Amino acid sequence: MTASVRPLSAADLTPVYHEQVREVLTRPSLSYWQDAWIRLKANRRALVSLWIVIGLLVFTVFGPFVWRVDPAAQDLDQISQPPGVDRTAWIVTPLPIWNGETQGEGSGTGLRAFGDPDTQAIRLRWDPAPEATGGYRIYRNIFPIGPERAYGLPLVMSRNEIWYEDRLDLRPRTYYYSVLPLNELGEHSGEAQIVELEARRVITVDEARKRGLLALDHIPVNGETVKLKLHPLGTDYLGRDMLARLMYGARVSLFIGIVAPLLYVLFGILYGATAGFIGGVLDAVMMRFADFVVALPFLLFMILFKFIFQVSAGESGIMPMLVALVILSWPATSRLVRGQILQIREEGYIGASKLLGAKTRYLILRHMIPNTMGVILVTLTFAVPSAIFTEAFLSFIGMGVAPPTPSWGSMCNEGIKTMLTTPHELVFPALLISITVLAFNLLGDGLRDALDARMRSRE
Amino acid sequence: MLRYTFYRLLQGLITVWFIATATFAAMHMIPGDPLTSERAMTPEIRANLEAKYGLDKPVGEQYLIYLKNIATGDFGISFTQKNREVNDIIREHFPVSATLGLLAILFAATGGVLFGALTALFRNRMPDYAIMFLVILGISVPGFVVAALGQLSLVNINETLGFTLLPVGGWGTVSNMILPALVLGLGTMAYLTRLMRSSMLEIVNSDFIRTARAKGLPATRVFSKHQLRNASLPVITVLGPAIAGITTGGFVVEYVFAIPGLGRYFVQAVQQTDYTMIMGTTVFYGAFLVFMVIAVDLVYGLIDPRVRLK
Amino acid sequence: MADVIVDESSFVRAAGRQLIIYGLITLFGFTAIMFMLDAMASLVGTDTGSSRAIDAEKSTITLLLKEEPPQLDSTKATDQVSGQILGHVMEGLLRQDAQQKIQAAVAEKWDITPEGATFHLRADARWSDGKPVTAHDFVFAWRTVVNPATASEYAFIMYFVKNAEAINQGKLPTTELGATAVDDRTLKVMFERPLTFFDKVVTFKTFLPIREDFYQQTNGRYGADAEEMLYNGPFSITSWVHGASLKVEKNQHYWRRDEIRLNNINWAYITSDASASFNFFKDGKIAAASLSPDTLSNALEQRWHIKQFQDGGVFFLEFNHRPDRLTRNLNLRRAMQLVTDPNELVNKVTKLPGYLVGDSLFPGYLDGVKDKFKTEKPPKKIVRDIEAARRHLELAKQELGLEKIPPLTLLSTEDPISNVQAEYYQAVFRDTLGLEIKIDKQIFKQRLAKMTAGEFDLVSAGWGPDYEDLLTFGDLFASWNLNNRGRYASDEYDRQVRIAQSSTDQAERVEAFARMQDLIIDDAVILFNYERGASYVTHPQLKGVIRRVIGSDPDYTYAWIDEGQG
Repeated sequence: MTASVRPLSAADLTPVYHEQVREVLTRPSLSYWQDAWIRLKANRRALVSLWIVIGLLVFTVFGPFVWRVDPAAQDLDQISQPPGVDRTAWIVTPLPIWNGETQGEGSGTGLRAFGDPDTQAIRLRWDPAPEATGGYRIYRNIFPIGPERAYGLPLVMSRNEIWYEDRLDLRPRTYYYSVLPLNELGEHSGEAQIVELEARRVITVDEARKRGLLALDHIPVNGETVKLKLHPLGTDYLGRDMLARLMYGARVSLFIGIVAPLLYVLFGILYGATAGFIGGVLDAVMMRFADFVVALPFLLFMILFKFIFQVSAGESGIMPMLVALVILSWPATSRLVRGQILQIREEGYIGASKLLGAKTRYLILRHMIPNTMGVILVTLTFAVPSAIFTEAFLSFIGMGVAPPTPSWGSMCNEGIKTMLTTPHELVFPALLISITVLAFNLLGDGLRDALDARMRSRE
Repeated sequence: MLRYTFYRLLQGLITVWFIATATFAAMHMIPGDPLTSERAMTPEIRANLEAKYGLDKPVGEQYLIYLKNIATGDFGISFTQKNREVNDIIREHFPVSATLGLLAILFAATGGVLFGALTALFRNRMPDYAIMFLVILGISVPGFVVAALGQLSLVNINETLGFTLLPVGGWGTVSNMILPALVLGLGTMAYLTRLMRSSMLEIVNSDFIRTARAKGLPATRVFSKHQLRNASLPVITVLGPAIAGITTGGFVVEYVFAIPGLGRYFVQAVQQTDYTMIMGTTVFYGAFLVFMVIAVDLVYGLIDPRVRLK
Repeated sequence: MADVIVDESSFVRAAGRQLIIYGLITLFGFTAIMFMLDAMASLVGTDTGSSRAIDAEKSTITLLLKEEPPQLDSTKATDQVSGQILGHVMEGLLRQDAQQKIQAAVAEKWDITPEGATFHLRADARWSDGKPVTAHDFVFAWRTVVNPATASEYAFIMYFVKNAEAINQGKLPTTELGATAVDDRTLKVMFERPLTFFDKVVTFKTFLPIREDFYQQTNGRYGADAEEMLYNGPFSITSWVHGASLKVEKNQHYWRRDEIRLNNINWAYITSDASASFNFFKDGKIAAASLSPDTLSNALEQRWHIKQFQDGGVFFLEFNHRPDRLTRNLNLRRAMQLVTDPNELVNKVTKLPGYLVGDSLFPGYLDGVKDKFKTEKPPKKIVRDIEAARRHLELAKQELGLEKIPPLTLLSTEDPISNVQAEYYQAVFRDTLGLEIKIDKQIFKQRLAKMTAGEFDLVSAGWGPDYEDLLTFGDLFASWNLNNRGRYASDEYDRQVRIAQSSTDQAERVEAFARMQDLIIDDAVILFNYERGASYVTHPQLKGVIRRVIGSDPDYTYAWIDEGQG
């Protein structure tokens, strides 16, 4: 059969048009970093940490203008005082050291107070005891004396006179005094005379004037009271205001606690990334150098740095301390980063990227470092309190802040010594350190979530 | 592998030599020396002592003599522990610190891995918050506070119970080790928890985990064989220096619990500028650290097949 | 993107279970490791788990040592812990009893004249190997002390003996020492200068005997370990595990063994941490503990019986009198002296019981002629007078030719109490005189190096007695004394020291000391702080513990266990 073939004409060769449905972009294309930034802003944890950091900064920078108290001013009448204590004090004239004269005083028996017991002095008199051949011993307790006869602190081991003036660390509280007769061997030879006294808080006229609590021309009347200076967070072991010290201390601690870790982690990242990526002999040499730095005795080299940097006596050597801290702390991060780099180096996408023509710098900055972020951020979080406490230790050995400049770490050091009796001296600086750590922890979490490439365009 | 180990050991030896030299130099540069004492010495007595200990020679000569001695394993006699050789001190007290440190690391590593995995699994839920709160508290509180509080709590517990649950201090039996090791390892445990959590969170979303689960592998197998093992890798990297760090830094715990470890002697040596002790312990610790790093690198290479040792 | 194929929550549950299983396995593994470590650990360290503070049947007490004694060679021992241990295991010619009175020890009779002394040793004084203690043992020990080759830091205390100083400086052989063994049981001592208080000096640990043949056969290791020593005291060391523990047991060869009531003393813990000490005591593991400021209130709460004693230390701020320092100016020093108030320092700042307000270089426990020195010769009172101080400051500025005094350096120590003091004084001088004080915190040897070199304007200093006579404090500021770190030099003061050194008339000496006391105040050589006291607790069943300023402290040789107490 013959097919009829129609000759092709131009109309046959015209292209067929059809509707082309193009893909429309529903949102702008984002680079890795732009995407990370958006996710960071939306991350709840990062937001919380941001508020905390802002709070701390306001506390540090503007706090001293709001709470205008000299952090070095010693209020010796309110030493180691926790917050919330009643600060009313009666005004009295200064008492000279007692020499035992008892004129103008009524009679009484047993151990009794001479005059009013107050925080300036408590004067005691008692009856002579015939069995006191070796004198008397005076004890003071803050707890009532029970059947176990625990008289408390010995104030004087042996004394022949039958009067005594106590000025030792008097607080506005109840005291229980005991006087015991002694024999020649210094042993208790008879019954104790006991008295319970309530000491009221007083302040002398001169002190009140000096502190600005009393106008200079005002002559106080008997029984007049003033309220001692307010210390909202209490005072430390020399009567200095805790709030003011925390504010000023924040400057040093936050500076060292943030800048030092940033610096040495940064250095550690670059060092470790270079070593891990390049490998070979350079890697070996660099890592051995890192081992060398870690093995050096820390205390010895701190003393050496202090000597080298010629921190002159009594000056706050913050810069030398920063340098010393950075110099001795970077190896840990570098090792960690190198380990991660070694792992990541073998990943598929690195090979793919290289095939596409990526340079070393691009690979390190765009692929490797963001993927080690998790580990880096953890190290950073832990580096912050570590730096603060190392700074405290360095101040202790004389390098760093000189007294009376406070820092949170050295306040913790001091607070530890009276941890059980006046916990507020330790709790407040430790709390602030915890808050700082928390902020960085949350920030680290948020950053890690934001930078995690696998969570990109999700959530 | 063998060649690699040999090269690493050689490098380690050189590193230790550098450490020794740097420490020697630092020691002689700082003011004060082992003979400076609270009570002033007459110049004659001081000259006698210097001659006796060889401190009157020029520093360079002292250094060479010292190197020669180390080569024969003689670290000299301690200036503060007047009749004990540094070798003996290290030999008798290092095992104590090592035992304590090892136990602390065991606590820290297992605790860290377990807690870290827990927080990653229960992310953003109750266990996560609880553990993270403890972690933050743990690192915000300085070491000796933890030790002192730990000891005090134990005393109170013993008192309430009426019998000694654990000894409050001293050294000699297993029960002496438990609380100090726990206290010592707490800081590292917090760090490892955090590290493990971060590592786990990364792995959870990675491709090979998804593949494994898509394959239909049982959940436990996916978890323990793939997730846990891979997430532990950074922890292992840190373990080497952590062991060395804990063993050398345990002196606070040694003070509080009256443990005869080497850490106390080392701190005392620096305080008293005891030349021989400082050199001896630094060289020893340096060698220990270097060895630990080598060991960890070898183990790491064995575990992670992707890391090829060059 | 929808992702997981497996149900998420069941995965989590399964993983959680897996973790728990792992947790249990590790717990089990730990227990196994523990037992393994138990075997290893008991090789070093002692089994302290079962020891109690007081064991009445065995008449044993358990205690804590603040530090390890570096070595127990009495010719070289310098620290307080060595002194304590030596006081328990060795005995010298004379000893102090519970009332600090001099009693016979190895010497049963003695005559002391201003020129010398003769000691008659008893026949039944024995070493722990049974051989008798002879005068030769004392001669050998003393010669070893002054031998320059020994380089003993306490050789100076033997300078009371004739030729000792010359021998120590290498000018004479050791055989020239003024101590000779007339026979086995007679020791003759000649003094360098006329001396009345040698009986108090000779109780010091440097004068203990050593047997020559034993010393030689230890080959330089004498005093390094328990086996490298011979004991002639109430106890002998049975076990010394360095850094861990030290145990002593009653010495059966001791001549007074029937008076020693304890069988064993076990120093089972060695640590300098004060709160550890408190915790051990509270836990019933040790029979005595020192109390620090923090643990004091806890002790009160526990209703313990707190004891106290003056530990003999006198503390002050020392000025630098060198010609290149501003503090050489008397008016400047006087200005600073007039604003300090040791009462406030002791009562408000240091606030520890037992700290006596400092008013003199000399402490209150030293004797004068018949009564205590400070009762017979009370020091001049310094009354705080800020106006007068400011006038002196102006004078000082004029004399020094300065508009304003530049900052002064206060060298402080690593001791926390000294730091609190330093900060307190910094505020005082600033508030009253407008003087700026910079606190130079140094530690350990670096501080000592600076003190010796004189790199300070003021320094926190203290002094403890070496023997029980005023001279041990008095000669501190003699211009030739190397311990005079501030280099105060006064011909008048030196003259008084020489009188006190060479006179044998106690009244004359006391006059000299009184004059020294005045000079210290008039010349504002130092600023007084306090005399230190220490608080401690002992187990209620432990009696007879002696605390001493000089010598073995705490001393348990006279102690016994009273089972009657709770």
